[in-house]
Amino acid sequence: MAFYIFRRFVNYFILSAIATCLAYVVASLALDPASKYYGRNPQPSQQTITNILNGLGVNPDVPVLERLWNWIVNLVVHGSLGNTVGGTSVVDQIVSRSGVSLRLLLIGSVIGAIVGVTLGVWGAVRQYKFSDQVVTYGSYLVFATPTFVIGVLLMIGATALNGAAGMQLINFTGEYSAGLSGSWWDLTADRAVHLLLPTVALVLIGAAGYSRYQRSVMLDVLSADYIRTARAKGRSRNAALVRHGVRVALIPMSTFFAYSFGTLVSGSIMLEIVFSFHGMGEFTLNAITQSDINAVAGSTLFLAVLVLFSSTLSEVLYAALDPRVRN
Amino acid sequence: MSLLEETNAAGGTPVATPAPGPATPDVIRSAKPLSRGRLIWRRLTQTSRFWAGAIAIAVILLWAILGPLLYPYDATGRDPLNMGLGPTQLHWFGTNNIGQDLYAQTLVGLQKSIVIGLIAGPLGTLIAAVVGSVAGYLGGVVDRVLVWCINLLLVLPSFILLVILSPLFKGLSWVFLTIFIAGFSWMIMAQVVRSQTRSLRDRDFVKAARYMGVPMPTILGRHIIPNIASLLIIDATLGVVASILAETGLSYFGFGIRAPDVSLGTLLAEGTSAAVTRPWLFVFPAGVLILTLFAVSLIGDALRDAVDPTSGVNRD
Repeated sequence: MAFYIFRRFVNYFILSAIATCLAYVVASLALDPASKYYGRNPQPSQQTITNILNGLGVNPDVPVLERLWNWIVNLVVHGSLGNTVGGTSVVDQIVSRSGVSLRLLLIGSVIGAIVGVTLGVWGAVRQYKFSDQVVTYGSYLVFATPTFVIGVLLMIGATALNGAAGMQLINFTGEYSAGLSGSWWDLTADRAVHLLLPTVALVLIGAAGYSRYQRSVMLDVLSADYIRTARAKGRSRNAALVRHGVRVALIPMSTFFAYSFGTLVSGSIMLEIVFSFHGMGEFTLNAITQSDINAVAGSTLFLAVLVLFSSTLSEVLYAALDPRVRN
Repeated sequence: MSLLEETNAAGGTPVATPAPGPATPDVIRSAKPLSRGRLIWRRLTQTSRFWAGAIAIAVILLWAILGPLLYPYDATGRDPLNMGLGPTQLHWFGTNNIGQDLYAQTLVGLQKSIVIGLIAGPLGTLIAAVVGSVAGYLGGVVDRVLVWCINLLLVLPSFILLVILSPLFKGLSWVFLTIFIAGFSWMIMAQVVRSQTRSLRDRDFVKAARYMGVPMPTILGRHIIPNIASLLIIDATLGVVASILAETGLSYFGFGIRAPDVSLGTLLAEGTSAAVTRPWLFVFPAGVLILTLFAVSLIGDALRDAVDPTSGVNRD
């Protein structure tokens, strides 16, 4: 099994590495880092602009493959991703911002997966009953709603709730209340409250997708012979459903987790911006608007590493659930 | 739905019926079997979800086309006497802070978003059908290269790829945005088409065509694609939803449609800052968008059930 997972890991590693390099090339071709200096008043001299661009390693006169090679060498030898146009180190930015993003993404996707799988199994067992219909149409409604609209609607709802309660029950702007001081516990609680709405939004998105998929897989499993056999040999209905049903139905789900990870990542990037979190989402989108090639490359590397880990994790899950893979 | 009802609903009268007329009293003829297309259509028209979605979409389309003609204000004109007002009889969805009518703007945005969805969704399906069927039919090196490219494109979320590429179509018309959206929305469907094609490739009718020397494009177009047409129709329908979501997402964050063009995404972006104080600026475009996408997904889901009634039927 270790060999199988290792082989998959190497496969994903190569894919992620190439995807990052391609993203670097595409970003270098699509973005024009010099333009912002030409727009300045007074306009810096051509020599100054060239020096700045050379210092960042993004001079468009240098062939793009040479720049890519320098970027890779810099990364491998010095562990550096270059500087942003603001002059700060990209690695430092990623280190200080990734915590916010990972917290949202991790909590949101784990809770989303648990809720989704539970709802899917429940819907399959109670097929066409009222509760199943509610979950089904609810998930269609979530599919039909853009992520940022879910975020803003939650904000409107929270404002109405705060107004009704007459106090700030749910804070939602930013990642924590500025200027708040107190014990460690107070600060953590404050962060948790701020994290509430974006997490709810992310859980909704995740659960909608997972529940639909889990429901259809579970329905296939429920009609399988081995469930009947399990019942016939005297297992209770619940035991047959959980031990023989859910476990088997989770095997295709583990592949689906990896597929759907991209949706969750883009969802959480959008939510970070809607809720003014200073995370990787803000960093990435700002980098594009500022034509900051190093920052774009750094954030795609970050995303590629995330995808690498989530894909490997789903392979581990797959191997753990499906004994056929292990041999 | 039980299997019994299914048979009756789907097959018409599969039970043998005595032929009329005294001439052949002993011959028993069964009703002519339905073609697959008729069968799917019959199943489809029997689901209430399909009708709910189809009627809603028809109404929304008519509304988007005729609505602006039947309304006195246009999307860009300003009403200086009614700035930043909530919904009134004069301005049905209210006005923004420079007095532009939101109802007129929403309809214009809706038109744009629908057009982008209707082009990008089917275009993505077309790419998926071509790439998937070629990879699956040819197999070998071509297959491996194409699958590898698909996996490569799937590493990074397509939203991020589109954002990185957005400077390329910044100054260009919205048509390019549409093509880019389609260009990053075909990968998963291509994998499905590929696996279906691989199983069709060894069927007798395909082999027969191959041995008779029918060229590959004709085999794909005449024998492979028609056999997976139902899948493709579903994907094109759901692709409309995905494309509109992509467009609104990109436009919302300033990477898609730009002024002077208006789409539901740009309207929502403008409405967000005032979403709490003047909610109509956000809630109305958002509601129209959700309604449209919900209706299309209902149709897509009804199609899926009609094509493959056993998916999701508990045969316990």
